[in-house]
Amino acid sequence: MTSSRLPTAIAFLILLLAVVASLFLGRVNMSPVEVIQGLLAPDKSLAGLVVTELRLPRAVLAILVGASLGLSGAVLQGLLRNPLAEPGLLGVSNGAALGAVLSIYFGLSQAFPLATPLLGLAGAVGAGAMTFAFGRGGTLSLILAGSAVSGLTLAFLALALNFAPNPYAAYEMNIWMLGTLSEKSWDHIALAAPFIVLGLAILATMGRAVDALTLGEVQARSLGINLDRTRVLTLLGVGLSVGAATSVTGSIGFIGLVAPHLVRPFVGHQPSRTLLPSALLGAALLICADIVTRLLTTQNELRLGVVTSLIGAPFFFWLVLRLRRTAP
Amino acid sequence: MTRLAAQGITVERGGRAILNDVSLELEAGTFVALVGANGAGKSTLLSVLAGLLKPERGEVLLDGAVISAVDPRDLARRRAYLPQNPRAEWPISVERLVALGLTPQLPAFGGLPGGFEPRLTNAIAACDLLAQRLQPATTLSGGELARAMLARALVGDPEILIADEPMTGLDPRHAMDSVARLQALAGQGRLVIAAVHDLTLAARSATHVMALREGRLAAFGPTAEVLTPDLLRRVFDVEAQVTGVGHKTVVDFLAPSV
Repeated sequence: MTSSRLPTAIAFLILLLAVVASLFLGRVNMSPVEVIQGLLAPDKSLAGLVVTELRLPRAVLAILVGASLGLSGAVLQGLLRNPLAEPGLLGVSNGAALGAVLSIYFGLSQAFPLATPLLGLAGAVGAGAMTFAFGRGGTLSLILAGSAVSGLTLAFLALALNFAPNPYAAYEMNIWMLGTLSEKSWDHIALAAPFIVLGLAILATMGRAVDALTLGEVQARSLGINLDRTRVLTLLGVGLSVGAATSVTGSIGFIGLVAPHLVRPFVGHQPSRTLLPSALLGAALLICADIVTRLLTTQNELRLGVVTSLIGAPFFFWLVLRLRRTAP
Repeated sequence: MTRLAAQGITVERGGRAILNDVSLELEAGTFVALVGANGAGKSTLLSVLAGLLKPERGEVLLDGAVISAVDPRDLARRRAYLPQNPRAEWPISVERLVALGLTPQLPAFGGLPGGFEPRLTNAIAACDLLAQRLQPATTLSGGELARAMLARALVGDPEILIADEPMTGLDPRHAMDSVARLQALAGQGRLVIAAVHDLTLAARSATHVMALREGRLAAFGPTAEVLTPDLLRRVFDVEAQVTGVGHKTVVDFLAPSV
């Protein structure tokens, strides 16, 4: 049996290139020498600050968030055996968005900057718990519960926008939901990273289960896979990683949907082998999208979520065309 | 010696008993054909015997131990289960599909240890799939997929094989091949339980026959004793004749009984 080492190595190389590019490219023009000096000998010079306080945290956050989205997408598509599954499916990203928007609504974010990600985390946990409470006992009920929770949180999001205390707050909420990596500090990373890493670690153990599910739920169970446990761990892993990621960056679409599809043909479609490369590629895709937002000089900041959607939506069309070709 | 016993199995769905007080004892070294009309409860009984469905009343015992208390991975190593019309959800290769049968034997991480390679090749060769080894499973024909699934079930070398209509959709040659394989397994001391629709095939190959009618066990015993026109009338509501002996037996349906 061939191993999945080569695709993983290639995905890692792509990620590495993307990280290097993201450190050297940006609004402030810096020579490569200055960047390397800033990295190796951090001082209070402008170059040093730009590298250590702006570009490096941005790249680290992009890796954490992109890996969360890519891995969650791969596990969910394997669990549900549905190519359209994506991390937002379980309601946790909308839950995180609702928590974050409420912090803006009640003006908490102005008093205490970390209130937004903290409430976002609380929202993600709450939404995940609700999905779990209603969706126990079956994969279909889990999806339906996720959609119900998503619908409910969207309704509350609309309510918050409707009764926004002032136009500026409404604008803040809207723009927050578009997703961005800018203006994030090491504090944000320190807050989200433990949850993200724990979530990723849980999701990384799902390989055997998603492989067995290739044969359907009955055969997977006959092979000793505990499906209840698999569903709970998936919800927990996605909730922790994507919930924490969304609470810091806002909603970022399509990465979790696209990354596993790009990986799959190169690993013989075996679900367990899509996991690690999807995480790496998800991170690389997010960094590339972020570089685009930085290089295009627009009057207002071009938000990351907008870029991923603009790139991701055509991919969706391609997926439809391909399914139409291969379907009987 | 492996022994699988069912004691007073009752399964209810929507107030209706799908299985009603079924008790039987199955021993290693036998090939048991499960027969019955549509809706008689064959698939449900197989799921219960496989330990995948907990009955409302009654117990299944594997070597005297309640099957629901057996560790799922141990159970998976000891018995293989094939549902009706199994499907592959992703276009993985036949080789990888068959290797999934080794899931309970594998470590949690990493690929297939080298020692399993010969077993994989044997199972693929035994089911006549060497030419399709690297073909995506989703592009196989129905009969080829059924054979791949059988190889998947056999690759782990289970003590008990429970299969729900494994011969459906196979051409005559491959149906006979598969039956021969099940017979050989029983000959090697395994317990094989299969729902079978082709009664001639069952009469020629199975050592034992169990017949279900409306959720109740209508008969269970050695094939020659059980598979009689009288039983077929009781189980299927048809007049039938059974001619020949051993591997020349033919079961013919003549007319619906009045």
